[in-house]
Amino acid sequence: MALFLLYPINITLRRGTRWKRGKRGAGSVRGFAPYAESGGGAPGQPEAKLEVVSLSLVNNLINGVSLGSVYAIIALGYTMVYGIAKMLNFAHGDVIMVGAYICFFICSDFGMSPILGILAAVLVCTLLGVLIEQLAYKPLRQVTSLAVLITAIGVSYFLQNAAQLMWTSNPRIFPAIFGSGGIQLIGDLTIPYKTLVTIGACLVIMAGLILFTGKTRTGKAMRACSEDKDAAQLMGINVNRTISITFAIGSALAAVAGVLLCSAYPKLIPTTGSMPGIKAFTAAVFGGIGSIPGAFLGGILLGVIEIFSSAYLSTELANAIVFLVLIVILLVKPTGLLGKKVSEKV
Amino acid sequence: MKRLIIRKKSRKNFITYGVVVAAFIVLASVVSAGAMPSALQGLLVPMCAYIIAAISLNLTVGVLGELSLGHAGFMSVGAFCGATAAMALNGAGVPDWARMAAAVAVGALLAAVAGVVVGVPVLRLRGDYLAIVTLAFGEIIKTVVTNLYVGKDPAGLRVGFLNPDIGLGKGGMMIVNGPNGISGITKISTLTAGFVIILLCLIIIFNLVDSRSGRAIMALRDNRIAAESVGINATQYKLMAFVISAAMAGAAGALYALSQNTVTANKFDFNTSILILVFVVLGGLGNMLGSIVAATVLYILPETWLRQFSDYRMLIYAVVLILMMLITNNAKIRIWMGKLLPHKKEKEGEAHV
Repeated sequence: MALFLLYPINITLRRGTRWKRGKRGAGSVRGFAPYAESGGGAPGQPEAKLEVVSLSLVNNLINGVSLGSVYAIIALGYTMVYGIAKMLNFAHGDVIMVGAYICFFICSDFGMSPILGILAAVLVCTLLGVLIEQLAYKPLRQVTSLAVLITAIGVSYFLQNAAQLMWTSNPRIFPAIFGSGGIQLIGDLTIPYKTLVTIGACLVIMAGLILFTGKTRTGKAMRACSEDKDAAQLMGINVNRTISITFAIGSALAAVAGVLLCSAYPKLIPTTGSMPGIKAFTAAVFGGIGSIPGAFLGGILLGVIEIFSSAYLSTELANAIVFLVLIVILLVKPTGLLGKKVSEKV
Repeated sequence: MKRLIIRKKSRKNFITYGVVVAAFIVLASVVSAGAMPSALQGLLVPMCAYIIAAISLNLTVGVLGELSLGHAGFMSVGAFCGATAAMALNGAGVPDWARMAAAVAVGALLAAVAGVVVGVPVLRLRGDYLAIVTLAFGEIIKTVVTNLYVGKDPAGLRVGFLNPDIGLGKGGMMIVNGPNGISGITKISTLTAGFVIILLCLIIIFNLVDSRSGRAIMALRDNRIAAESVGINATQYKLMAFVISAAMAGAAGALYALSQNTVTANKFDFNTSILILVFVVLGGLGNMLGSIVAATVLYILPETWLRQFSDYRMLIYAVVLILMMLITNNAKIRIWMGKLLPHKKEKEGEAHV
């Protein structure tokens, strides 16, 4: 591919690239001229240092948006399930892990194409999600949220430990299924394909979900169920079936998220999914739980916050800062950025 | 009628006290007779710590009705503060039991402070949000402790964060060493101390539950809106239960730390919180004796006779959690149990008359 040929150039330009607006020269892209042509490196100048900082800033921003897209896809699953079943599906993060493992086995052990791997992961996770819902959550529709939450934690633990027994806790290195190259944008700024695929997948999924919930019959049934289950039932909507479909969609999204997450962070262990799962819930709360654009916005913002805090503040404290954001959001605006306020009824 | 209820309640409390005292007498006599293998003997104090953690979490989950997933965080605060206090007092001519008591007191006090810091924002939330935020706080506490450095030199305690170089003077000693935690702890906590703390916690919890405040807390659990409408200050009573629970978890943490050689922040992670939750759920929400029995059995069994199944331990716990919830919330089983129970109650009533 032609883009592959551009990649080595990228490396030669790595040191001290300067972008100058409005001065079009040979080799400049979209009005940005690389420093190497006019100044030839210029080591140690404060100006050059500033550019490195701004370049790393853009790089971090891209990484943040990429991570945020993964969070957003997971958060979409959380927010849909929470909106309709009114329960925090703790096991969602572990469905991600299962999806990543399935894709890993298809692509790495059987050597099949990544597309097949993703499809298999989606299929298995959808079935798993529906199975979990039918066995563990369905009998608990009418009981207190505490009981449902404890069950969900149990399911999460079950998946983690079953995965550990089946697949051991040795880390697997997820293959680079989207290739290792990237698209060169400006100067030495390169966006890897996996980042592009992640961000693209996130946008497509969000748009698809908005259309699905807005236009189709099943989507409208979902919104009706999240509004008022009893009234929806009176209108002839099969509430149980709708909740199952929601779990199926959420789990399919989790599988996609698992593959995307592991292509960015290739270390795969049975607890891979739990921390991103919790953070994605944070993202869903951040954006306003139950709202699809909210989950997207919250996910992106959280990803950017996480990458920036680990780049500029402290790598060790990145998780703590993310959770601190959650706490501050819940205190200042408990409904989230785009959430609606629902008054409690007796 | 009212008197009957109270008498019945206090009888149930005395059964719990009695079981604990009897268990202690049996254990202490077996230990002093030298009939207990030393491996098992080393598990007794951690077992007491887990029992205390379980009954304190039961106060939050069973009595207050809020799910806390960061309980190990409070244990962590208690463990690190308590062990630091014990090591700071080391060589100051204080007898072991007093150092132990001071460590537990410091641990409980600082965990209570952490409980206030966490509780004030968290308890304004409800249900699932509260659970996830306590989880977040547990993680934050773990991160903070992992990056904490505390040392002792003749000038006093020195504290550093993120930076191991805390400028220890001559004759200085590192106490909390970041990710490596505390090492070289002298094991000064004893079975008797653990037993005394368990009894103290039980007395506090039973007296709280049977008091006006306890009834307010349980009213909030059963119906928050109705309770608030009759003038119960939700935040105040929730905070009261939460902070007491945190302080007890801190005492448990200090007790635990002083029974180990080394304690790291990773010991008190989310898994530990879940483990304690399993004790509480299996023992029965709101049932203190149940928590004590569940903690004892589930702590001792996997460490001794069921060693070969240790791989399956967490898997079994997960299944236990799910099945307990499905069974106790199943309408048919409830009706079936309901048929059994009133019968029993009638008999009890006759015995009273």
